[in-house]
This record gives sequence, C-alpha cells and structure tokens, in this order.
Amino acid sequence: MRLIVPLQGVVQGRGGLILGSLIPCALFYFLQFYLKRHRSPPRNPPSPSSSAANLSELPRSSSRANLTTRGSIGLVHVSARAKAVAAPNDSPYYIGLDRVREDPYDEMSNPDGVIQLGLAENRLSLDLIEDWLSKNLTGSILGVGGNGLGLSGIATYQPMDGLMEFKVAMADFMTEVMGRTVSFDPSRVVLTSGATPALEILSFCLADQGNAFLVPAPYYPGFDRDMRWRTGVDLIPVHCRSCDNFTLSITALEQSFNQARKRGQKVRGILISNPSNPVGNLLNRDMLYDLLDFARERNIHIISDEIFAGSKYGNEEFVSMAEIVDSEEADKDRVHIIYGMSKDFSVPGFRVGVIYSFNENVLAASRKLTRFSSVSTPTQQLLVSVLSDKRFTQEYIKMNKQRMRSTYDLFVAGLKELGIECTKSSAGLYCWVDMSRLISPYNEKGELDLWDKLLNIAKINVTPGSACHCIEPGWFRFCFTTLNEKEIPIVMERIRKVVESCKPPM
Amino acid sequence: MMHMLKNQEQVLSKIATNDGHGENSAFFDGWKAYDSDPYHPTKNPNGVIQMGLAENQLSFDLVQKWVRNNPKASICTTEGANDFKDIAIFQDYHGLPEFRNAVAKFMEKVRGNRVRFDPARIVMSGGATGAQEALAFCLADPGDALLVPAPYYPGNDRDLTWRTGIQLLPVVCESSNDFKITREALETAYQKAQESNIRVKGLLLNNPSNPLGTVLDKETLTESLNFTNDKKIHLICDEIYSATVFSQPDFISIAEIVQENKNCDLDLVHIVYSLSKDLGFPGFRVGIIYSYNDSVVNCARKMSSFGLVSTQTQHLIASMLSDDVFVDRFISESSVRLGARHRDLSRGLAQVGIGSLKSNAGLFCWMDLRRMLKEPSFEAELELWRVIIYEVKLNVSPGGSFHCSEPGWFRVCFANMDDETTRVALNRIHKFVIQNKGVEANNGKKQCRRSKLEVSLSFRRLDEIMMTPHRMSPHSPMSSPLVRART
Repeated sequence: MRLIVPLQGVVQGRGGLILGSLIPCALFYFLQFYLKRHRSPPRNPPSPSSSAANLSELPRSSSRANLTTRGSIGLVHVSARAKAVAAPNDSPYYIGLDRVREDPYDEMSNPDGVIQLGLAENRLSLDLIEDWLSKNLTGSILGVGGNGLGLSGIATYQPMDGLMEFKVAMADFMTEVMGRTVSFDPSRVVLTSGATPALEILSFCLADQGNAFLVPAPYYPGFDRDMRWRTGVDLIPVHCRSCDNFTLSITALEQSFNQARKRGQKVRGILISNPSNPVGNLLNRDMLYDLLDFARERNIHIISDEIFAGSKYGNEEFVSMAEIVDSEEADKDRVHIIYGMSKDFSVPGFRVGVIYSFNENVLAASRKLTRFSSVSTPTQQLLVSVLSDKRFTQEYIKMNKQRMRSTYDLFVAGLKELGIECTKSSAGLYCWVDMSRLISPYNEKGELDLWDKLLNIAKINVTPGSACHCIEPGWFRFCFTTLNEKEIPIVMERIRKVVESCKPPM
Repeated sequence: MMHMLKNQEQVLSKIATNDGHGENSAFFDGWKAYDSDPYHPTKNPNGVIQMGLAENQLSFDLVQKWVRNNPKASICTTEGANDFKDIAIFQDYHGLPEFRNAVAKFMEKVRGNRVRFDPARIVMSGGATGAQEALAFCLADPGDALLVPAPYYPGNDRDLTWRTGIQLLPVVCESSNDFKITREALETAYQKAQESNIRVKGLLLNNPSNPLGTVLDKETLTESLNFTNDKKIHLICDEIYSATVFSQPDFISIAEIVQENKNCDLDLVHIVYSLSKDLGFPGFRVGIIYSYNDSVVNCARKMSSFGLVSTQTQHLIASMLSDDVFVDRFISESSVRLGARHRDLSRGLAQVGIGSLKSNAGLFCWMDLRRMLKEPSFEAELELWRVIIYEVKLNVSPGGSFHCSEPGWFRVCFANMDDETTRVALNRIHKFVIQNKGVEANNGKKQCRRSKLEVSLSFRRLDEIMMTPHRMSPHSPMSSPLVRART
C-alpha cells in the first residue's frame, strides 16, 4: 500500500490513469512473485534410509502418491488448511510413532519389534489404579461414587466444560499433586478432552491468525500441531543452550520478541512448559517472576503447561505459575495454566485436560469452546470416584514418584555405561540425552542419520532434538516410563550395537 | 474498571470476544427463562417446561438394563477392571478397532443392512458438534461457504463458522411444498453466492431433518448428489437422527444413493454421525465422521486429536453395539416409543387446531402457529414466542432461529420428558389456545358455547390419549443439564 499510493500520485501527474493503474499492478504481481520465492520451505530433512520415502519428497508430491484409484484428484477438493494438515508426517516424531504402531515390541509375540521410547506415557503405576478399581467399584457406571446420577445423568447433556463434582475433584488433585503450596479453585477449572484441545482453545482465545507465541526451545513437537494448525497462529522458538543446561534466558526472550516486532509480527504470549518437555527442567521461582515481569511490560499472556507437575522424581522444588500469581493480584489476568490426567495419572486414553485461568473473559470464552472437546461423562464419574479417595491419590503420587526415580536411575546408569550422558533433569517421563559425539557430520543430517539407525537397526523409537526445534544437533529424548525393569537391559543392548558402530575410529 | 475491561478485550482474540458463540441472540431468552424457573412435577409445577432440547430419553431403561447385565463392558467394575490398563493407556487416534467395527456395524443395521461401512473410514470427533467443525476445517477455507437448506439447526451457525471462518448460506424451502428441497432452490442459492463472489465449497444436508422431522426421499437425495457433482462441491450429510425414524417412509441414507450411482465422485461425499440422538448418549461425546475421500479421512483423523472419544467410552460402546440381540431390540423399541410419543403430541396439538408438519422421524414436531400471529412477520413471531415462554411457560424454539423463511413455525421437542410432563405441557397449550380464541371471539355467546363444548370434548380425548401405559423416564427436570449447569 505504501509503495503504490505515492507511485500513483507520481504517475498520475504525468502518465495519466493508464500508467497509474498499470504500474501498481505490475509491482503487485512482482511482489507476489518475490514473496512466493522467498517463503521458507517446509522442514524436510533428507535421510537415506527406509524412512526416506516420507522425509525427502515435498509434501505435495508424496501426497499425490496417496491418491484414490477412482481417478479424481482428492487433494484438489480439500481446503488449503487440510492440505497442510494432511501432508504425510514428515516429522521424525510422528514417523517414529507410526513405525512403533506397525511393529510394536512385545516380550512374547514380537521380541524383535520396535521399543517405544518416543511417547511420553507412564506405564509404571497403572496397576495401582487397576487395583483400586477392582476393590472399590461394584456398581459399574450406575450409582458410582455415592452421588450416583444414574445412567440418565451420565448420558444426558451436561455442561460442556465438565461436571461440577469433577471440577472440584480436579482442583483438589492439582492442589495435591503440585505440593499443596497453592490451592486451586474449581470455578476456574475448564475441562477438555485432553491437554491437546486445551492448548488449542487457549490459542484460539488469546491470539488471532498471524499472531505469535514465544516458546522456549527445544519444545514438545505436539505444540506445532496444537497451537498452530487450525488457528493460524505462529510459534517463535527461543533457543536454549546446553551450556546453560537448556534453561531459558530472559535476554534471549527479549531478542526474539524484538525481532518479531521488527518483522511486524504481533507476539501475544509466551508458552512455557514447566516441568519442561523434552529437557525435564523445572523453572525456578526467580525465573517465573522474571517471566511475569517480562509479560507485564509487554502486555502479553503466559501459558504455563504444567502437565508433568506430578511427575517429579528429583529433589528440586516445583513451583506452579499459580503460586507466583497468588501474590501478584494485578497480573492474574495474563496467566493461564494447562493440566491433564495423561501424564501424572497415566490415563491418556480417557482424554482429560484442564484449562485453569485467572482471566474471567478467557474462562467464559473457553467454556463455550469446550463444546467441541468435552470430557465423556462416564469418564468424569469414574475419575470423581477415584480422586475422591484422598488417601489413595496421596499414596499413588508418592509411589509413582518412587518408581519413576528408580527407573530413571537405572536408565541413566545404563546409558552412562555406554558412555552416554544426559542433562541432569528432575521431572518428566523422559531424559534428554547427549549423543552429539556420536553423530557425523555434526549437524541435523548427522542427527537424523543416527535417529534412523536407532529406529531401524537398534529398533528403538526415540525423538531427535531437531523434531523439538533444538538448535544444537545430537540431542535425543528417551522416554523411560514405558519400560519395566526387565526391558532396560534389552534397550541398552540394542543401543550398544548402534553406538559401537558410530564411535569415531581410534 | 471499565478501562481495564477495555484493555482486556484488546488482549484477547477476535474469536474470544466476538458473538460467534451465538449466545447473545434473543433466542437464548427461552433457555434463560427455563434456567431460572425449571419445571418440576412436585417442587415447581408452574415452572417452564423444557421443550427446546432435542434429547432422547425414552429408551434409557433398555440401556440401563444392558449395562447392569454386562459389567465386564465397563472397566470400572470388578469384572471389567482387568482391561483397565490397556484401555487407559491407549491413545491412538485411530481408535480401538473394536469400537470402529461396532460403530460401522451399527450404522449398517440402522440402514437395514442395505449398505456397507468400512471401519477404516470411521473417524472420531467430539460429538457431532466436533465432527461438523472438523469437516468444515477440512473442506473449506475462511470466507468459503456451505449451502444449507433452511430451516436448519441453529447450532450449525456456531459449530460450522465460529472458529473456521466459513459462512453458511441458506437454501430457501417453503411450506407450500412441505419444505422440500428443490433443484431450483439449490441453483438459486448457488447463483446468489456466485454473484456475491462467494466461493461455495459444499452442501450440508440434514437427513432426517432437524427441525422438520422428515426424511429426504430418493429423488431429493439423488438430485442433491447430482447438483454437487455438477458444481464439483462437497456433499455433507448429517444423519444424526437416522435411527429415530418411527413410521413410513423408510430412512434412505446417502450411502445407499452413492452405492447406486457409480458415476458420482465419491471424493465429494461425507457423512456426519453421532450416538447422541439415536441412542440417547449425548454425555458420552461420540461423534463420527465417515468420508469416502481418503485425504479427508486422513486429515480429519489427525484433527480428531482435538476431540477423541474416551477409550473407556469406546470400550463400553464397542461391547454394547456388538450385542446384536440388544441392538435389534433397542432400534425397534425406541422407534415404537418415539412414534407413540409423537402421536400423543401431534394429536394433542390437533385437538386445539394446531397443525404440525407431517413427520416420521426426529425428536420434535414442527408446529404451525401461523394463524396465531398478529401479522405474518418475524416480530410477531418473537412476540408470540415470548408469550409462550413467559405465560404458557414452555420453552419452544421459534422458526426464525432456524432461519425459516416464513414466520409462525415453532419446533417443539417431545422425547426429553415423561408422559406426565407431556400431558401437563399439552394442557397448558390447550388452555392458552382456548384463551386466545375466547379473547378473539367477538361474535357472541353461541360461538362461545360451541367452543366450550369442543373444549370439554377435547379434554376428555386428551385424557384418553394419555392413558397409554405410563412410561417412566428417568428424566427429572431437576437433573436436567441446564439446572445442573448452574451448580
């Protein structure tokens, strides 16, 4: 616009109406052409192995390979949004998950299958819940929990953002799991079918299409889907480095914010995960205060994804953003917390997520949006029963932490024997492993080569740092909570095979 | 405070602050009235009766019985707890295979096994609400439009457009031909869009129709398929009420039409389904997208991460819908009960000269109150509606909220209450109509006496109608969602 108007004026002075329209048109077309050429291509790391079929081609051509045999080009009919979403999973994160699904390890029936270390799920303590269920529930989904709405209560339309009893139970559980340092208020709880839609709903509420969130990197690959896909919102990684143990620096945050502003991109908030995924760090109190100051100065939001809050196996203190806001009345409106039952409580299949916000307007909007992503009522009823047994939940949290601690110790020790180090982490269902000495060349390609070897030769699925937007090559996320004690040596043996072949010649 | 509020709105997105949710519309007055004064047979007999919620509660007892007799199906029982670990940890967005198989089989049964559904094409979503939205995301970009025959379910406005940024263009259907969808109407709507430079991406049909309660005949379905093929746009069929058909003519699914028309472009056909209406399970949040287009299945499946069905529910549904004996019995019994209730209501209305569109499906009647309007305008309709809410104390839904082109039509739901409540509602309608007639009757006593006779006769007939076996529905207004929503 700024180019065209003065130009028209100039041209109209001499060339008249014809040139006054021709030249701006020509300029407009050139601008389009320029933009098209310089638009950044999608991430397509090349790889020579069998996963190459998915990785190397542009999404467009490989999806043509998926065309139906009826002759019509299916892709032409779908929306532009759909084309982006339907593109074959070119991220190693998703490719790995697919591979495990096709060839899953099973001790008895498929001992040579791929062992899943790429999905942060906790299998260590499910038996505790199963045990509780078999002892405590006799009435199936009818008359459960004394309240017993009966089947009619479960099957009829209920408030889309969750039953009040369940909100109370969740608020209590969150209070318990985060160490009782702050009390969660049920009226601020909005329930969603998993943390995935919780994040998307917040993204829809806090930002318009084209706006951005700053995210400390490396970050959970799912954020790209949850925050960006359908919302049109952008994520700007703020890189953290191994020299800082991958902790966030406010300076880096500032730089990213300023760069975005120069580009003309509006930043609407910061998305932190605490405990962090994939590194497993806890953000300390000072950092959280600094973040709040940062957000206040720029009038932006903070989304704190605290889904791993109860999965803490170290001795460091976990501080929730809720605790910080407890003392800072004025800034409450900009803080929103994400929680869920998929990690701490091991029930990802049940689809239970929470948006916890101090902002009434965000709560009001989110509640209405939960109509697209509500928690199934029988599941709410079941969890109300389980969570009401406070003695059980405390016992569960304690035992779960113990088991995580011992599995973590065994796992890290096993890696150490192979000469592989991890960052010192205190929480999460994974460890952040440094395999940078084993990759060659020392770049993303080298990292993906190693990832490929681990997937196809060692047959373990791990998540490479590049899928998490890590700026330093050679880091991998290994989830250990899917393993029992017997399986750890098996995993280590498989890793050894690949490690031996990767070691630089003496 | 005002300043801070204004600040707040700048800090939130357009979606969070606009009216896309539709709850600021005047049509929410009915819900608010019910909310603040809900009917209860003993505690609040003069409260507002909810007749604006299309919920199917007539056949709960059958499901209740099945669940009690099959404790293994719910993982939250001693018998079923063994399955807990595997179910709780399973988060694959393809869904449990047994769930997909069971749903496909159920959908086939509802269509008299005249079609085959491929379980691999079944995609989950957060209720039909989520299914509609996901399809809209997949098929259209912001600014694009879908044609929707009106009158249509008001929720479409919010579900299909709020976050997706698309728009809905009504296809006008008129009472003169029983609101049938004609090729002319489709073409007109399409032309209009072309003239306004709006790109039409598809046609959304609701079959059986909400609010009409009618099923689409073969001609209309074939015509719609041809229309969409010609224009190369999508055809989305929302078949959420497919098992609520209680009398002839039979329900015909778009799946049957495509089976017969081998030349049609399958990539353009998609079905939306849910267990909320047919089975009466809205709280379970089971929405289904079934698409014949591989890319759409692929895309919608990835989007289903935002609305996956709880595996506990998948497990239960898989067991229940695999029980052929139960399913067959349920489908036929439910249909009988719906038919009986529909008959009671439409006859009760006819007693006082209120006609309704001849319908054979759905959980509602499309009532004709045109002659009760002061004038044939939507203002008059709203005025009448307010009278019905605040004086007659019934929450019914005015045709204007369904984008009906003619004022005076109202949707009244009948499947979310027991017999007693239905009788109370009909009594109230009778009283109201008679009062209205009494007020209008300027002609003197002869007329009044005659109408009084009619009155006493009709009340007696009403009693006879209601003497059918007392169907106890567990529904109690006090446990109704909107009341609970307040707590």
